[in-house]
Amino acid sequence: MSWAGKLLRVNLTTGEITTEALNEEWKNDYLGSRGLASKYLSEEIDPACDPLSPENKMIMATGPLTGTMAATGGRYVVVTKGPLTNCIACSNSGGFIGAEMKSAGWDMVIFEGKSPTPVYLYIENDHAELMAADDIWGTSVWNTDEWLHNKHQDPLLRIAAVGRPAENGCFYAGIVNDLHRAAGRSGVGTVMASKNLKAVAIRGTLGVGNLADPAGFMKAVNEGKAVLAENPVTGQGLPAYGTQVLMNVINEIGALPTNNMKEVQFDGAHAISGEAMHEPRKSDGRPNLTTNAACFGCTIACGRISTIDQGHFSVENKSKYWGNSGGLEYEAAWALGADNGVDDLDALTYVNFVCNEEGFDPITFGATVAAAMEMYEDGVLTKEQTGGIEFNFGNAVALTKAVEWVASGEGFGQDLALGSKRLCEKYGRPELSMTVKGQEFPAYDPRGIQGIGLNYATSNRGACHVRGYTVASEVLGIPEKTDPLTAEGKPGLVKAFQDATGAVDSAGLCLFTTFAWSLDNIAPQVEAACGGGWTAERLVEVGERIWNLERDFNLKAGITSADDTLPERLRTEAAKTGPAKGIVSKVEEMMPEYYELRGWSSDGVPTDETRKRLGLKD
Amino acid sequence: MEKSLVINPDKCTGCLQCELACSYENEGVFNPSKSRIKVFTFHQEGRFVPYTCTQCSDAWCQQACPVDAISLNPITGAKVVNDNNCVGCKVCTISCPFGTINYNHSTGKVIKCDLCDGDPKCVSACPTQAITYVDADQTGMEKMRQWATQTDNSPSTNA
Amino acid sequence: MHYIIVGAGPSGVIACETIRKMDQDAQISLVTGQIEPPYSRMAIPYFLEEKITQSGTYLRHDANYFSNNNIDIVSQLVTKVDTAQNNIVLANNETMAYDKLLIATGASAISPPIAGIDSCNVHNCWTLEDARNIADKAVSGSSVVLMGAGFIGCIILQSLLKRGVKLTVVEMGDRMVPRMMDDTAGGLLKSWCESKGITILTSQQVTAINETNNSDHALNVELKDAESLAADLVICATGVKSNITFLENSGIAVDQGIIVNEFLQTNIDNVYASGDVAQALDFSDQTKHVQAIQPTAVEHGRIAAINMVNDNKNIHQGSINMNILDTMGLISTSFGQWMGVPGGEQSILLDKDNYRYLNIQFKDDCLVGISSLGHTQHIGVVRGLIRGKVKLGIWKDRLMENPSRLMEAYLATSLSQV
Repeated sequence: MSWAGKLLRVNLTTGEITTEALNEEWKNDYLGSRGLASKYLSEEIDPACDPLSPENKMIMATGPLTGTMAATGGRYVVVTKGPLTNCIACSNSGGFIGAEMKSAGWDMVIFEGKSPTPVYLYIENDHAELMAADDIWGTSVWNTDEWLHNKHQDPLLRIAAVGRPAENGCFYAGIVNDLHRAAGRSGVGTVMASKNLKAVAIRGTLGVGNLADPAGFMKAVNEGKAVLAENPVTGQGLPAYGTQVLMNVINEIGALPTNNMKEVQFDGAHAISGEAMHEPRKSDGRPNLTTNAACFGCTIACGRISTIDQGHFSVENKSKYWGNSGGLEYEAAWALGADNGVDDLDALTYVNFVCNEEGFDPITFGATVAAAMEMYEDGVLTKEQTGGIEFNFGNAVALTKAVEWVASGEGFGQDLALGSKRLCEKYGRPELSMTVKGQEFPAYDPRGIQGIGLNYATSNRGACHVRGYTVASEVLGIPEKTDPLTAEGKPGLVKAFQDATGAVDSAGLCLFTTFAWSLDNIAPQVEAACGGGWTAERLVEVGERIWNLERDFNLKAGITSADDTLPERLRTEAAKTGPAKGIVSKVEEMMPEYYELRGWSSDGVPTDETRKRLGLKD
Repeated sequence: MEKSLVINPDKCTGCLQCELACSYENEGVFNPSKSRIKVFTFHQEGRFVPYTCTQCSDAWCQQACPVDAISLNPITGAKVVNDNNCVGCKVCTISCPFGTINYNHSTGKVIKCDLCDGDPKCVSACPTQAITYVDADQTGMEKMRQWATQTDNSPSTNA
Repeated sequence: MHYIIVGAGPSGVIACETIRKMDQDAQISLVTGQIEPPYSRMAIPYFLEEKITQSGTYLRHDANYFSNNNIDIVSQLVTKVDTAQNNIVLANNETMAYDKLLIATGASAISPPIAGIDSCNVHNCWTLEDARNIADKAVSGSSVVLMGAGFIGCIILQSLLKRGVKLTVVEMGDRMVPRMMDDTAGGLLKSWCESKGITILTSQQVTAINETNNSDHALNVELKDAESLAADLVICATGVKSNITFLENSGIAVDQGIIVNEFLQTNIDNVYASGDVAQALDFSDQTKHVQAIQPTAVEHGRIAAINMVNDNKNIHQGSINMNILDTMGLISTSFGQWMGVPGGEQSILLDKDNYRYLNIQFKDDCLVGISSLGHTQHIGVVRGLIRGKVKLGIWKDRLMENPSRLMEAYLATSLSQV
């Protein structure tokens, strides 16, 4: 019920495409999307495999609420083993392609092997076909999108594609859908390109129905929509300012990592904030922000649609960037801006456009540039190595050049495409990489927000805020306020957020609903859609099961408890300013309690009892 | 007082809740491709434009229908497709200069907005009041009528 | 005021309704030579397919519709129009006087002058009676030869196939539907039909039809450049001509059809003509043609009626020639000057594998025509754009890049929504 009930299996090596019924038992245990796809991946690949080899698989998956009228029910995920982290990767994206996949009658598409030549997958309801992509190989996501729309003569075709960096092996290439939504993190796009798969183009006209309790579903959906509308964050803050509503807030509490996390506050924060995006530019009198925009079925509409001043140095004589496109989200604005000390809003917008155009993660990219800038300022990198230009903090020109180099794979771009961990190792300064398990941090400093540090350290896909967004509690007071500077109680908070998130992701909903919704709002929607007794408690259990499944995958991939930590800087160099002044991350102090709450041994391995309780294999 | 749909694209976020509500009401499934109201996205301009039938008085579709399958709902003013009569010849789809009556491949018949018998589901689903259902004499309706005259340059009549 | 409308096709019926709406007191007589209630030719394929019964083809479904609207139906063929006396003569020799007359007698199928064309197993496909005859003989397993792959021929392909016949189509032209499709679209349609098991012979002609004594097949169809075909039934869909013979000596000026002015008025002041019988202004080239299509018929009927009641207040700016054709699920359309205009520009998308085609034609920055395969959604805006002579501005450039953005172009330009 509410699941389409079937998946497509695409063997890229042989070109064979087959249909399978969805595993009934697994969908009851893992719900859908992130959970279910992770289960399939765990069962089907060796976690120790090379992520860029044909042995790795890549799964695009929807949840049972994807494609329904449930607010934000348009999410889909890409689950694979990630090249950036060598861990399980699960990148979540909105836009419209997830709902389209479901409407075409598919819960998931599993890609395996490697195509001998570049191809794209075209799906029109029951019809699925691999088609030649030679004409678009070596081109950007945007070009691919246009080419496919032209070829199929269908403006409503939904497309997810990889750009040139993915093809070139950039470790943090994403898969961009609907021009500017992305399964952005952990290098899932690099995996896709390694399989010679350029794009997935979907047209679904079957619709999503088959609800267990249609009347109950509409009632639960409408109640949920009302809660989102009345909540100040989801009803006002996010529509008006997007996630960028956070820039000034996080700066004020001294948790805005700046200059590769040397500082925790950024003087230029306001200039790159959500508020600033509304202000008319001095140059052309227009604001950066044109409008907010929604993903499929989303009644929040946090998305930003922006323009760059046509006279800005970054887009001079480049008319393709003069129109509107996906504007800055908070994480991107932070990674490209504060973390590099750049306060030029239009420059950041341009860099963000290019990240979307060519399909790579602006968080990892920005943080990698930050590490490079620090190495440059430390004299580790010279001007000759950085493309002949000054590569110092605050240099907007360097940032825009860097994005172009990564896009094209030229010169210093090849170094930057490594991500900060490999880059810093290459130049002998591994401690300057602000990563966990090889993945760069997002925009919250673990010194000023202690819980999020523990979440970063334990996140199964490497540092990530959306695996357990304790910022909601520690900063915004949702569901209740906790002190961001204390470690006390944080292991329990982190676990609760992580488990709930697993359930939200697996339902096919957007995490942002949880600013307003608890699982008590979500469970009735899942239950009415799916039937079979979906309570908030069961959703938490599903979330916990997913977390442990992912953990098991990583353990088999070679991760150990030694990887559950933060870079030395955050543990030893105290915040210099703001409310967290003098404080370091207490991640080591929190870890034992976290392991214990998780039912893991002191070296971070789920105990037999835990496995048994959650129904996991030994 | 007859009411009409008034659409304000300035308020639209492109979420497609209207399409979901419309298709659910009419088809029993969430299926934007079968929605009678469609949101068009202008990427370059950063604009979303919901669009559906204005229930125009000329009713090109109704006149062109060769088998009496489109009739007027005297209470709402909607031009309504009668599935029992529609043979799927599609003549209405080329006759309507607004492009708001469309062929449904699954049923072999045409579909158009029927104002949900006076309770348009797109209106209640819209989270931003971009779509409202208001008295027909409000300016919004006038604006929609103007669109109609811009498209049809023949002198209008009361026939 | 007595209005007589001759002909109970869509044009005549719309005219009656329009007059009635404008003048509650008018006397309206609808004179028809048909024995059936007013029906629609567009519905015949669906009748043949047995999707609907005969009553499903009726233009108005309420049995009392015409009497309820005080429209008298006179079931007599008109044999003569006397414009001097302002009356018409019926087949039963009665006369009826009119104040204003609308001639909407439509068109009839024509057959090529070949031997055997009058054989009892050769039928046109134009009237409901033709359809009944075809339905009787196109039974499962029978061999059918369809002469003519024009619009009328193509819309019945699916119904014939569904009836289980073995079908061969013989078309004189070098492609299918030559009057609404170019080589590319016609070629795609041909391969589509062939993929459905129909034999299509283009640039081919039937030269004679012989009745045989063969118990298997009643007919032997001789072809110009190929071996003859055994057939049980031959359907002739080679064209139509306006029904104007009864107007001889009436003083009403005719050419291919009845020549009408911008008010759909003939050379006789109180006589109008509309629909398939009217040779009226074509919007695109501003010359007068018989278009013989349903949308034009109803447009004519409405405008002629308004002018009859309101003394020529409504100028007919010409009708856009347009067609939509469903050939066993492959839907094609053509609008206006789909073949292009001198000095114009075109933009084409072709996806042969998936039978999708879009060819749009511009004159300066206005759309003047399109032809398409596989495009149906919001297709009506093409009429809006052509008819409104909408200046496309930057959207012309965008359409030159990707013609499938027609709907966006329409919203942005015609409705100023962007």
